[in-house]
Amino acid sequence: MKLSKVCELLDAEVLCCEEGLEGEAKSACGSDMMSDVLAFVKDQSILLTGLVNPQTVRTAQMMDMKCIVFVRGKRPEDPVISLAADNGITVLATNYRMYTACGILYANGLFSEGADKV
Amino acid sequence: MEPIVLTYQVDGEDFSAAGEASSSVKKTLKQLGFSPDVIRRVAIAMYEGEINMVIHADGGEARVEITQSTICIILADKGPGIKDINLAMQEGYSTAPEEVRNLGFGAGMGLPNIKKYSDELKIDTELGVGTTLTILINT
Ligand SMILES: Nc1ncnc2c1ncn2[C@@H]1O[C@H](COP(=O)(O)OP(=O)(O)O)[C@@H](O)[C@H]1O
Ligand SMILES: [Mg+2]
Repeated sequence: MKLSKVCELLDAEVLCCEEGLEGEAKSACGSDMMSDVLAFVKDQSILLTGLVNPQTVRTAQMMDMKCIVFVRGKRPEDPVISLAADNGITVLATNYRMYTACGILYANGLFSEGADKV
Repeated sequence: MEPIVLTYQVDGEDFSAAGEASSSVKKTLKQLGFSPDVIRRVAIAMYEGEINMVIHADGGEARVEITQSTICIILADKGPGIKDINLAMQEGYSTAPEEVRNLGFGAGMGLPNIKKYSDELKIDTELGVGTTLTILINT
């Protein structure tokens, strides 16, 4: 799914790296626990989270993720957005809650890659 | 290739800055042309270790030794040490306080993640003295 489509489906605001919207996302991952995200490398391209500290950007960076979606109306402070911008990570913000945001993307065909059970 | 050694001070007071060392190593490895898989394993393992030094040990020192065939990450702190390594290695075991969990860490997955992404992991720890992690990743 194109990131521009993700943005549209989630009625999201683009906080940085708008040029990244042309990129493709293969799968996504939703979590507020960063170690859970770091535990499974599966070429996820998008991190959905309600956590707005710089470690969300660091986590996405270590995992080579292209896009972070901040859910439930959370907006990170400017240094967090700058950190994402420096690393070429597109940041979106949506007012949908985590469950709904993930559900919308899943229902529109953005699946998690491979078997998703631990 | 001549071995390359990188060293960093990891500030235990500044949670926001945690991960800067890992990020810098990741960029260096990319410039050196290592494969994306190797780079990601190094980045994740080191990042979890770096976070641990900040949240459990008030910071410390990171040293990364890079050769063509292996990347060795040494994370040394003067924190409280680990009482029971077997317990600490279990998924889900964490002594992290609530405020750390609210920041997205403290799921008790850090050490298991480091083990999973590395080829060798050695933990030297002594109560009241500190902890040194030696993480080896074959390229
Ligand atoms: N550098 C360290 N110094 C002291 N204790 C540590 C250190 N690293 C890990 N620990 C201990 O091992 C436990 C498990 O670590 P980890 O698997 O990374 O989970 P988490 O960091 O989420 O608690 C920690 O909760 C802590 O008690
Ligand atoms: Mg940890």
